[in-house]
Amino acid sequence: MAMLEIKDLNVYYGMIHAIKGISFEVNEGEIIALIGANGAGKTTTLHTITGLIGAKSGSITFEGEDLLKTPPHRIVSMGMAHVPEGRRIFQELTVLENLKLGAYTRKDPKEVAETLETVYDRFPRLKERRSQIAGTLSGGEQQMLAMGRALMSHPKIILMDEPSMGLSPLYVNEIFDIIRSVNSSGTTILLVEQNAKKALAAANRAYVLETGKIVLSGDAKELMNDDSVKKAYLGE
Amino acid sequence: MEFLEQLINGLNLGSIYALIALGYTMVYGIAKMLNFAHGDIIMVGAYTLSVAVSTFNVNPGLSIIISMIVCAALGILTEKIAYKPLRKASPLTVLITAIGVSYFLESLALLIFGSKQRKVASVITMKPLSIGSFELTGESIVTLGVTIIIMVALTLFINKTKTGKAMLAVSEDKGAAQLMGVNVDFTISVTFAIGSALAAVAGTLFTSSYGFVGPYTGAMPGIKAFVAAVLGGIGSIPGAMLGGIILGIIESFSKAYISTQLADAIVFGVLIVVLLVRPTGLLGKKRMEKV
Repeated sequence: MAMLEIKDLNVYYGMIHAIKGISFEVNEGEIIALIGANGAGKTTTLHTITGLIGAKSGSITFEGEDLLKTPPHRIVSMGMAHVPEGRRIFQELTVLENLKLGAYTRKDPKEVAETLETVYDRFPRLKERRSQIAGTLSGGEQQMLAMGRALMSHPKIILMDEPSMGLSPLYVNEIFDIIRSVNSSGTTILLVEQNAKKALAAANRAYVLETGKIVLSGDAKELMNDDSVKKAYLGE
Repeated sequence: MEFLEQLINGLNLGSIYALIALGYTMVYGIAKMLNFAHGDIIMVGAYTLSVAVSTFNVNPGLSIIISMIVCAALGILTEKIAYKPLRKASPLTVLITAIGVSYFLESLALLIFGSKQRKVASVITMKPLSIGSFELTGESIVTLGVTIIIMVALTLFINKTKTGKAMLAVSEDKGAAQLMGVNVDFTISVTFAIGSALAAVAGTLFTSSYGFVGPYTGAMPGIKAFVAAVLGGIGSIPGAMLGGIILGIIESFSKAYISTQLADAIVFGVLIVVLLVRPTGLLGKKRMEKV
């Protein structure tokens, strides 16, 4: 059984039918990319999975549990973290306070301290800047903080929304290296990206979303060589 | 000597404004709404206290606690019934609802207790303190002491506890806080409960100094405390404390040295001037926007 299974999902924004009956699945250990143009429904899909918006119909099952029936604040303790679009770190709090909020639902302070050390090992810059107000970090550092904050909950799966948005090419490469390394240490990743080239290069499988529907899916490397994908998303 | 007396008066009054302003500012910070019914919670607190003490002969200390619990419950209840269904509505709708809640509470008090003001015996039994020819009333000592303790406790609560941190997170970004596993509804309830309990304390201190409570007792201190919260920077907790104290002192000095009739005009005039110079209030922050 897939770790995360989305079936016939329909989501509305007021009158607008934003997600039109999509189905897809994420297996444990995979990196799955969800690619598509602006407004295709990628962010909406992630927001529906973690309960930031409600669904009209369909089902979202995570490890056998129906997420549409789970109060949104319980989802993180089930092992699902979400790095939202635009990072949405707490600008007025310090780096360390942000990280600690990532572990908000965890009870054992000793385990949290251990996770904090592993996050600091992965992002030495965050350790250096731990007492700095998060709003004063650079864009790339804020992205690292958002990822570190998600890791603090010790998730089984991380939903990442446009982690490369607005970053310099150097940071983009660094962020994708981190995504690969987080995945290889055992965390499943569902990645939403406009940078289709980088996303497909990192992913095992991918789904192409167009105006609320999945129009293509398959092995990421094969999709990279698909003519329509090349033309529409890779600029070739 | 008169100067010192007026300063103490101002601090006294300012402390009460500050306690009320904290409720305004916390609710604004978390729920992004101006709860204009907040002033009337003071009135409910004062009536509760008066009924407990004089009708049921409950001892004053316990009566204050009962009054805080009643107000906290009322705060949670108004949020659940009146404001929660409007969370996605326009700010104007919420504002009008809050004014409606305010009228509702005032009319309810009018219905139950009538329009005649009810005498409230001071629950503060502390003896005045004389320093030379200068006398500090028991009410002043208790008001200042209680306010200082509450401010320190609240600051510690917000910065040191998990719930406090969750409140800060919710005030900045509800959605992101929810993604961290923060129960946003619970956090909003806690905020209303704390704000309303502080209003109950303010109501106790206020009526202990003035001796009466009526259906509209909360209106004026409520508006003044709102001014204090805006003056200090709405959403900022230290701002509400500072704004309250400054407002109390200005009012007290205006009454003593300029004119009793003009005191309120001066208070509101100060607000206008401050907002012209610093639209975010004294300690209000301009939010950093980063794309």
